[in-house]
This record gives sequence, C-alpha cells and structure tokens, in this order.
Amino acid sequence: MASTTLIETPPGGEPREKLVKKNLTADHPTWCPGCGDFAVLSAFYRTLERHQFKHERIVTLAGIGCSSRFPYFVNTHGAHFIHGRALPFASGVSLARDDLHVFVFGGDGDGFSMGGNHLDHTARKNFNLTYVIMDNFVYGLTKKQTSPTSPLGFKSKTDPGGSVDQPINPMKKLVSSGATFVARTHASQVKHMMEMIDRAIDHEGFSVIECLSECVEFFPGAFDASIPRKGGEFVTIEEKKFDGSPEDESRHDRTDEVAAFNLANLEWPGVFGVFYEEKRVTKNENEANMVEKARAKHGGLSDLEILQQSFDLMV
Amino acid sequence: MTAPTNSGSTPPPTPPPPPSIDRSSLKEETISDAVIRFAGESQDGIQSIGGFLARLAGRSDQDVMTYMTIPSTISGGPSIFQVRMGTGEVLSAGDSADFLVAFYQHSYEEHIEHLKEGGVLIYDSDNVTPDTTDRRFIYVGAAITGLTIEALGGNAKTKGKNIFVMGLLSRIFNLDVGKLRELMGERFGGKGEGILRNAFMAFDAGYAYPADNILGRYYQFEKASATKTDKPQVSMDGNQALTLGLIAAGVRFGAGYPITPWSSIMEALRTELPKYGGTFIQAEDELAAVSITLGMAYSGYLAVTGSSGPGLSLKMEAMGWASMAEIPLIVINVQRGGPSTGLPTNVEQSDLIQAIYGSHGDSPRVVLAPRNVEDCFYIALEAGRIARKYSTPVIILSDQALATRIEAFDLPDLEELMRDPRPDLVPRQEDFLPYDLKQITRHAPPGTIMKGGRYPVVTGLEHDEAGHPTGNPGMHMQMTAKRRNKLKALAKDIGKTNVFGDREGDVLLVGWGSTYGPIREAVKLLRSKDEQVGSVHLHHLHPLPAGIERVFSRFRHVFVVEMNDEGLYGYGQLAGILRACYRHPAIRSITKTDGLTFKVKEILSGIEHLRGDAVATFSAYPYL
Repeated sequence: MASTTLIETPPGGEPREKLVKKNLTADHPTWCPGCGDFAVLSAFYRTLERHQFKHERIVTLAGIGCSSRFPYFVNTHGAHFIHGRALPFASGVSLARDDLHVFVFGGDGDGFSMGGNHLDHTARKNFNLTYVIMDNFVYGLTKKQTSPTSPLGFKSKTDPGGSVDQPINPMKKLVSSGATFVARTHASQVKHMMEMIDRAIDHEGFSVIECLSECVEFFPGAFDASIPRKGGEFVTIEEKKFDGSPEDESRHDRTDEVAAFNLANLEWPGVFGVFYEEKRVTKNENEANMVEKARAKHGGLSDLEILQQSFDLMV
Repeated sequence: MTAPTNSGSTPPPTPPPPPSIDRSSLKEETISDAVIRFAGESQDGIQSIGGFLARLAGRSDQDVMTYMTIPSTISGGPSIFQVRMGTGEVLSAGDSADFLVAFYQHSYEEHIEHLKEGGVLIYDSDNVTPDTTDRRFIYVGAAITGLTIEALGGNAKTKGKNIFVMGLLSRIFNLDVGKLRELMGERFGGKGEGILRNAFMAFDAGYAYPADNILGRYYQFEKASATKTDKPQVSMDGNQALTLGLIAAGVRFGAGYPITPWSSIMEALRTELPKYGGTFIQAEDELAAVSITLGMAYSGYLAVTGSSGPGLSLKMEAMGWASMAEIPLIVINVQRGGPSTGLPTNVEQSDLIQAIYGSHGDSPRVVLAPRNVEDCFYIALEAGRIARKYSTPVIILSDQALATRIEAFDLPDLEELMRDPRPDLVPRQEDFLPYDLKQITRHAPPGTIMKGGRYPVVTGLEHDEAGHPTGNPGMHMQMTAKRRNKLKALAKDIGKTNVFGDREGDVLLVGWGSTYGPIREAVKLLRSKDEQVGSVHLHHLHPLPAGIERVFSRFRHVFVVEMNDEGLYGYGQLAGILRACYRHPAIRSITKTDGLTFKVKEILSGIEHLRGDAVATFSAYPYL
C-alpha cells in the first residue's frame, strides 16, 4: 500500500517482551469507584494483549472529560489534547504516521458537543483510526450538567427543571455523517465490548463505538434497562450471514444505512452490536495515492532537486 | 499508467524574432527607476503584466517591487497593480506613479491624482476620455481594446489587453523584447500553441503602436553598477517564498482552512508537499486545522498551519496547548485589516499583540516577521530552526502586502539550507523525561522505543517532569519558568541587531515586517540631507533580541513605525511593548490604518511632527 509516511520501518529482529496487562498499566485511574470507565480500560488492555502490536506503535489519544483521562492510565505513547479536538489531532497522527495504531477515547460532551463538527468530518473523510465514545449521558468532570445525550427531563445543574433539548441519537448521527464502522456496546458487557473493539481495530478506516458507561456519581442507574442483573435486557444485533437460510431474512444487514437507522430508532434501551459497516477508500489511502502519483512524476529526484526545479521556474 | 509529463522540462517553442523599429529620430531618456500603476478590473489580468515585468527584471540588471490591491469581491471590480522597476535596490512601491495605465474611465478618475506632476497617462481611448486640458500630465491614448480585438480576431473579446499593454510598455521603456518573448513562451507554451500565438500577436500589436512617437522619446533604465551579484535572480511573491522556505526548512505536513490572503500558501503546499512524500490537507475549520497540524507535529514532523487575522484567533486555544505541551509548530499569519472580517484584501500590522499574547494563561511562544519577499523564504527556515531547537510554537507574521508583492532576489543556496524532515525515532534511554527541568524539552514521538518501558503522555494539563498531571504549586512555578526560560535563552541566541544608517544620533526608526522598504528609503533620504538617522528592523518580535535597548539609548528620538492604531494610550502595538519592556521615554509612535503600505512621505511627516512636539504619537491619515 502506498504510504504518506517518510519513516522506514526499523528492523524488527529483536526479541520482544510479550505485551501483557502488567506493562500496559500506567497511573491509577482517577475515576470514581464504580465508574463504568474502569471496565472499558480493562477491555482495552485485554484487546491489546490479544493483538500483540509493537508496544511503541500504539498511540492513545484523548480530549477533555472524565473518560478523556484515559491516556494517563495506559502505558503507551499518548497525548491529552484539548476539549473537543481529539479527532482532528488523531487524524493528523494517523495521516502523518500510518505505521501507528491510533486509538481515541472520549465522552459524549467531547465527541458530540464540543467536537460535533469534527466527528462529522473525520467520519466522512474516513481517517484510519478507532474512536471509543464512553457515553454516560451527563457531564461528570464539571459535576452534573446536561450533556448532548441527556434524555428529555433529566435534572441537572444547568436544567434543574429537567432537560428540554432533544438529545442526539448517536447511531443516527454517526451513520449519516459517513462513518464506515458504527457500533454500540455497553461497559457492563466486557465480552461484547472486546468483540466490538476487536472488529473496530480490524476495520480499515474510521471505526467508532458508542459505549454506554454509567456515571455512578451523577447519573446512577441511567442504563439499568439494558443490564440483565438489574432487571433489564441486553439485546444484541443478529447480523445477516448471507447464507440464503430463511432465518437470515430477518437478520440485520450491516451494509444497509436505512436498516441501521431503523435499529437506531428502536425504543430505549435499543440494541447493541454493529449497526453499520462499509468498505470505503480511506483518507490515508487517498493522500498516499496523491503522494505516489506526485513521486512517480518526479521519478527518483531528491527533495533538493525537486525544490531546485521549483526555483528554476522562477528565474 | 500514462507516462508523466513534466511541463517544467519541455522546451518552449522558439519565439519569432521581434519586429524591428526605427527610433533614430527619438530622444533617449535615461532613468534610474519608474513607478508604473495599472488600473483596471480584476479580470483584466493586470497582475500578470506585473509578473512578467518582475521576471524580466530578475533576468536583467533591474530590481523590481510590485504592489497589488485586489477587491475583496469574488470576481470583477476595480483592481490596481503598481510596479516599480529600477536599477539597484528598490525599497518601496513608490509614493506616487510616474506612469498610469488606465483601462476604464473610473480607473482614470480614481487614480489620476496618484500620478506625479509631469507623469504620463497611458489610456485606453476606447473606454477613457481624459481631461486633456489638465496640463500637469502627458497624455498617450491608444485604442487598447479595439487594437487587441483587431490583432486577435473577433472572438477574442477583450482578453489579451494586458499583453497588448506589455508590448506598448516594452516600446516605451526599450525593454528586452527577446527575453520577454522567452518568458511568454514559458508561461503560455504549456497551454497550447493557439494561446501562445495569440499572446505573441497581442504583444506585437502593442509593440507596433508608436507610443514613443507620441511621447517624442523612449526611456532607458540605467545600467546596474558592478556591485550587483552575478547570482541568478528569482522572482516570486511573498506567499510563494514562504511556501518554498517551509519546504527547505523540512516541513512536510500541515493543515489549513481557506482565508484571504493566506490561501495561496495552503494551495501551493497542497500541490507541492506530496512531491516530497508529505501532504497538506484542508480541514473543516481553523480549530481542526491547527489540531490536525499538532497531531502531525506530535508524531515527529515539523508541521505548519496558517491563516489570516480571524483564523488566528480561532487557533489560539490549541496554540496554548502547544505552549503547555511544548510542541514544535509553525503558524503563519498573513495579516490583513481587522478586527473581525475587517479589510480582507488590505494590509495592516494589527495582529502583533494577538500573536504574542493571544491565548489564555502564560503561554510563551515565538513571533517572527519577514521584512521583504526574500526574507519570507529565510524566515521560514529560522522558524523551523527555532521550533525544533526550543520545542515551541512559532508564529510568522507576514502581511497582505508581502503576500501579493513580487520581488526579485538572489537564488538561495538550497544545498546548504535544506533540512532533514524525518522524525527522531532513536530509542530513548531509561532516564528519559518528557519534561526534564534541567534541559529544553525534546519529545520522543510515537514509534520511539522507550528502553525504560515507560511511555510518555504529552499533555495540556500542568505536569511533572514525567508528564503526570499535577496541581502542585511549586511544580507549576517551575514548569512555567521552564517554558519561559527557554525563550529567554532564545533571546540571546538571535544575534546582533543591525542598525542601518547612523549608529547614533537624532532619530532611530524602529520597524517590523513589510514597512522595511519605506523606512529604509526615509533613512536614506534624511541622511542625504545630513541628518543623523538610523533604523533597526526587527525580525524577532518575541522574544526581542537581548540588548536591543542599548541601541535605543544612542538616539535622541526613537520612533516606531507600524501599520496599526495608536490605541488608547497613544502607542502602536510594538511601540507599546517596547515602552513596557525598556521604559525608554524616547520611544514614540508613527502609525496609520488606511489599509495601504507606508509612503515615505508619511514617515517623513511623522518624524517632522514628533520632533517638533512632545506628543506621543503621529497618525498618518492622508485622506482625512
């Protein structure tokens, strides 16, 4: 594959330590006891153990929010950027360095509010990276204000009488903005969460997961309706196998946008799994192709010679 | 795949020989320079006349400086272009014109007062009826529209008038027709034979028109003195020079958002960087542009973003992160008239304070300003050097006048100047600290093997040496000092500030950015009258070069010349900073905000005014 990166892959002959949780843990998380985010972190460690990437090539990035503290708790190269702009930052990393595995973690405020516009454009351009939105329906770091996913009537410090603004439907937003892998999972379902992260990693392009992750401090019980041990129901999406069998008829075609919308419109708490997946050329490939064409046109010339040519045209 | 074509290497078709003209009956008048103003509509292509003359000057013994105003309307509307060609050092676009070429009645009416007394009006007699009873000027009418259509055939409409005018001027100034045709061959050769043939026909028609007979003379530029270097000259505008400078500095990645007059840099980088294995992308907004660029910078490359006035404001929060996280970054701001949407196609230097201080918190960063087109190239290299060495964001403050002005300068020694763009991925030792208090931060980009097994997080939270978030008061003070002190070290690493003209005496003019030419010309003029006058022109605006205050103390008056407002306290933006830093009572201000470059006479009247008065400031408002 063509590449935009100027890095030559360093010789990887050296024997390496196996990547296990022990060398992936960093600072102890600052989250409140019982926070759903612990489970996401743990699922991420286990996914990384399974994939065995080269340690130095994993990059964990975030914006601002409770969940956006993530990079401090993972022992990989990382950056803690500004509120709402983690995706553009990560896009820059992904584009300049396609030798890296780029992960972005954040919350609903960071992703859907401050960063809402960036989410649309990162999705439509299809940058190659994986984004996990830990959605708790509330602003936790600033102590209980309304979030873009807070349900109508939710009482917060900024809506003491109950939220009146229509919340975002994350699945619909993500599908309509052109994300090529859109999934929904739940922090209380570790196996499902790991499966979704795995599939997101395998997906070439912009893969995004909404992970319901309970804020026990400011919105306890928000997701009980989807937690079996609390009397709720965790319904997963049955995906079409395209095997021609009669039972396949009723299964979800994940390449069908309209079907994804229909699932997203289901009554709360809805369903979990891959809503939408599409193979589409990535921004990384598009840029790499441009580089390849431009390089071919200047067949074998050094940077100095190319720049000299530009100056010669100005003489 | 089809074979690539390289337009740069295909030889242009051999131009036919120039028509010969007999001038034996005409007077030859030798001139050292000429200011020619073209006034027309933006679609007339008058900028390209300027481009040709600039390239011609670069290949001859002349220097050239051009000056362009374009309307901020999308298409159409009045447009002017002023060229000053001369032998030796051309410093400013010229206060008023020796020649005015008017394409329309409104061009004539609006610009005739900018013509010097005794100056020559060349006008399109198909569109302009001048008041020839005004004896101050010499009138040369030519049916530019009609003759161009006649030369090119009926369907040419009015295209080609610009080339016709170039032919006309070639005759009046006895320009090197052979070289001009060569340039036309290079410019139009790739666009098809028909286009080139039309260009030659329009040029020949203009050249055949006996404008010199009407004038009773033709002009000849003085031959250059022997001091001229024999290096080849290149001609380009400031934005092109910045673009090429960035590439030489090792910039391979970046992102931006379109805004006038910055856009032409991002357009050029978009085309150029892929040739070098990098890329420049258009972002959804200014915040994404700077954030993407910071991602590229974090991954180990020298990366660039840029904008103009309003866009710089939008980037400020992320630039604060770059100061805190200590990330090398180049940000270009091509200043225009502000605030808000302001005057998008006019020049102003009113973003200095924003560039230096425009972020929340104590967020030190570096601010540089190029003084002319050549300097646009070199300042990009200096920005790259500083960004890397001090792991800091660097803002380059160019402006609209530099962006659109074409100048000729010596071909740079690229072999000497090119920098290696590759990230430093050498494995880091066990004692690596991303924010070591004992030395300037040098980050380990992702992909770097960390021998100690601990991987760094770069962060906008206050942090300890290892990058862990901390609210420790002592640590915040130490880290604030670390970020400040590296720029104090830079202030000592800038080098001596050159004083032009007298090194001590009556008046020191201080300037920055594109006021360089007119200030220098003012100094020359005053010194020719035996006045003791000098000037310093600051490249590094933040930090200021260490020891600069010693220069100030050698003059009775220190006047800071800048294109911004005198503000509430009577000092322009740089003047205010200099007064605050050096507490020197001689520092006063000469400012203006008419959206145009400084005229030499405005600076002179400012000096005169301030010298005779105890007021803090002189604002030049020529139209009030």
